[in-house]
Amino acid sequence: MSLLPYFVAGWLLLIGCFGVVRSRDLIHTVVCVAIAQSGTYVLLLSTGFQYGASAPVQGAPGPVVDPVVQALTLTDIVVSATVTALLLALVIQIAKRTDTVDPDKLDELRG
Amino acid sequence: MTRSARWIVFWLGAGGVGALIVLALLKMPSFGGLVHPYRELSVPAAIGRSAPNIVSSVNFDQRALDTLGEETILLGSVVGAAALLRPSKDEREQLDQDEGRVLEATKLLGYLMLPVTLIVGLDVVTHGHLTPGGGFQGGVVLATAVHLLYVAGSYRMLRRVRPKTWYQVAEAVAGGAFVILGLVGLLLTGAFLANIFPRGVLGDLFSSGTVFYLNVAVGAEVTSGVVVLLSGFLAQALSVREVR
Repeated sequence: MSLLPYFVAGWLLLIGCFGVVRSRDLIHTVVCVAIAQSGTYVLLLSTGFQYGASAPVQGAPGPVVDPVVQALTLTDIVVSATVTALLLALVIQIAKRTDTVDPDKLDELRG
Repeated sequence: MTRSARWIVFWLGAGGVGALIVLALLKMPSFGGLVHPYRELSVPAAIGRSAPNIVSSVNFDQRALDTLGEETILLGSVVGAAALLRPSKDEREQLDQDEGRVLEATKLLGYLMLPVTLIVGLDVVTHGHLTPGGGFQGGVVLATAVHLLYVAGSYRMLRRVRPKTWYQVAEAVAGGAFVILGLVGLLLTGAFLANIFPRGVLGDLFSSGTVFYLNVAVGAEVTSGVVVLLSGFLAQALSVREVR
């Protein structure tokens, strides 16, 4: 089926969100956010793909795949990595202050 | 919100988003097809500016402004994570006397790979406009090289060879260099981040104009950003202790 890669992207987004809702551990939540975002990599790369085309570097034989979506994916990966780092730093602070990383035990407000 | 209420909200939302995704994707052009309008425009533009790695040309020339935004996100999250990972008022940095032991084989491999990784990282950064790679990828490789000292040696050794303030300064300077290169383009041609340097011969090291210099700036920023981030996480795990 020629639309399958696009649906894989949509499925990754939804399964990542599913994981966030189901999560009992903030580290697991952060990983699920990263998985939801990886759906965008699959979507971008499969939009630019062409059967039989090579990597977008000059000198490669034949036609090349779309370099613009590859550049967007690179941006996406960098953003995902930095956001993951920031979220993990937040988890460390939460763990220190509340002695738990279970999101269900973090529901009361603190002044 | 109770767990069951949360699930109801999730299934309603996921059902709606899922239905919209399916509706949108059914109208997509078939996977792997021949029609790529962006490619037809960006490939000749990259070759015309002597940048054989078209992805780098897109990132650092054709849409360099977006890369500045991306770099700012990187800088912002490094600053944020560094602020969150600072030792608090009732914490002090203490190094353990006993650091465990490292297998001889790990030591040998680590010290052998350290110079190799450094050179590969530098190569990936400086040839970013010619071959696959660039500042972002090479920066991560260079930061990995620094941390081989921790894997093969010890945390003490890493701290001695890796003065954190240098990397913090390098991070800021590299981020600033990107903006300054952009402003020079604005002054000379009226377009921010315009490709102002001579394009050179396709395939030469100093070709493709600003792409090379922006790649080096981003490489320095990513290296120092990753080192600063990991130093924060390593300190939390290994040396920051609560004192009462």
